Amino acid sequence: MPTATTAPATGVPAGSRGAGVRRRARWATLRRARHGVPALVFALPVLIVFLLFSWGPVVRGLVMSLQKTNLVDPVLWVGLENFRYVLQDPLVGQATLNTLWFTLLALLFGFPVPVLLAMFLSELRGRSWLYTTLAYLPVIMPPVVAILLWRFFYDPSSSGLFNSILGVFGLGPFPWLDSPSSAMPSIVLEATWAGAGNAVIIYLAALTSVRADLYEAAELDGAGIVRRIWHVMLPHLRGVLLLMLLLQVVGTMQLFTEPLLFTGGGPQNSTVTILLLIYNYAFVNGDYGAATALSVLLALALAALSAAFQLATRRWSTE
Amino acid sequence: MSATERGALSVTDRRQPRVRVPFVIGQVVVLAGLLVAGLGPLLWLLKAAISPTQDSVRKPLALFPSGEIQWQNLATAWQQGHIGYYLGNTAIIAAGTAAASLVVCATAGYVLSVLRPRWGGLLSAAVLATLFVPHIVSLVPLYLTVLELPVTHTNLTNTFWAVWLPPAANAFNVLIVKRFFDGIPREYFEAARIDGAGTLRVFTALVLPLSRPILGVVALLSIISSWKDYLWPLLVLTNPDLQPISVALPKIAKVTELNIQLAGLFLALVIPVALFLVFQRAFLRGVGLSGGIKA
Repeated sequence: MPTATTAPATGVPAGSRGAGVRRRARWATLRRARHGVPALVFALPVLIVFLLFSWGPVVRGLVMSLQKTNLVDPVLWVGLENFRYVLQDPLVGQATLNTLWFTLLALLFGFPVPVLLAMFLSELRGRSWLYTTLAYLPVIMPPVVAILLWRFFYDPSSSGLFNSILGVFGLGPFPWLDSPSSAMPSIVLEATWAGAGNAVIIYLAALTSVRADLYEAAELDGAGIVRRIWHVMLPHLRGVLLLMLLLQVVGTMQLFTEPLLFTGGGPQNSTVTILLLIYNYAFVNGDYGAATALSVLLALALAALSAAFQLATRRWSTE
Repeated sequence: MSATERGALSVTDRRQPRVRVPFVIGQVVVLAGLLVAGLGPLLWLLKAAISPTQDSVRKPLALFPSGEIQWQNLATAWQQGHIGYYLGNTAIIAAGTAAASLVVCATAGYVLSVLRPRWGGLLSAAVLATLFVPHIVSLVPLYLTVLELPVTHTNLTNTFWAVWLPPAANAFNVLIVKRFFDGIPREYFEAARIDGAGTLRVFTALVLPLSRPILGVVALLSIISSWKDYLWPLLVLTNPDLQPISVALPKIAKVTELNIQLAGLFLALVIPVALFLVFQRAFLRGVGLSGGIKA
């Protein structure tokens, strides 16, 4: 742009083109502008949104966990009373065990399959888009749609969809969501199906960064296919694998939609999770203090887990 | 992936029958498994959406055992369940979420990557820190914030702002956009400044057009995540006239007959699947990116 009129944000008057002194002066204004008001104006959206909806609520949550509040009566400072109340609630113990059980099952079912699938898909030439598309389709399904559909699949009668399929092999009928012992594994099965595609894509992205000459070098050194996979492919995945492990644990600890829509926490509280309990405290009982106290406890546990995980894996990753 | 690249298997490996035969068998098995797990539920839902209830309940594996195809299920679900109306709400919510996210991450990226004020480091650390705080701590206080905003004391519940704005505070989006802006050669900005372009003009005429690909990825990711969201709209949009399809479906499911319910599920699924098939490349790239950033 030939003239300075195109610089409204800096407030430089038009026609300041010409003498070197004035040009230098304009540069100085611009530089000051970068550090002054214009930069602040551009930072406003991120500042406002993060203040209101991210930093603010975190601080407010920490404060609220020490208060008694139901939005009607005046706010009361109660110290650690909420934490005592929450820790004495027998349902919290049950929910913690249920959540840990879910996480364990999710790791057993859900962790190895995407890794193996991605390793296999990365060896395909041509047509691999067909495989990735198919693997990603469940991820596209909105969770509510998937859950309502699977709730039908899990029909406990012998003519239910899954029971009919298993019936062909002479198995079942299984009660699926109707029995306290199989309800949680059924939920894990659906959640695994719904999430596996995402993990496959992330592993595949990591595998494409493995340089071909590493495989060639290994091959020249006489490494067979199995050893190439073990010594070249897997070490490359290690960082992502560890990270996905952590993300999966943190994610499954916050499970909510599935137990709410599948079973509502039943049968016999076998699928009550910590987040479902937080939801009930806050939005069913109106006890916001107890809800935030439990949230803070969960967040602390997750933070401790992440920190321990970082410490433990630092040694492996720098090896 | 181009044909010249290689993985653990070399070209010579692939020619050996010892390797080729199990590899081909593996491909068939994996493809069959993916067809059943990925496409199976979709196809079954399509079939059930146009079947009488009794067919789906009594013989879920058979193809139209009573010989009747009820196309009218789809129309009934559309009208009785107001599926079209709820899909409209969902689209408004998704579009607004994407717009809010784009404004926040594009301007933030510009400040952090191009303008680089002295306090930029502090801002980016504060944004990054939120990646490490589990969302769960802030669920309840976030709800109370939306119920009564600080300073202005506005109540955002039952307005679309309640679902548009909070997801915009997404550190991951800010981070990928900033990284993309970092990759734009600095000479461009200097040249533009020498030509007399101001801060705003550099942003609108230079940075935004250059960063269309990454902004597209951010828009897609926020559209899909808002389309899938359930808990948050359930909490803040209690007025049924504003609710998205995800909140409406469980309620519809309670009061309608099974064949109509399944038809409704199918209708709710068509748009995300179509979007995915059209923008497949960008989708998968976005997900891959997220893995790269998190790692």
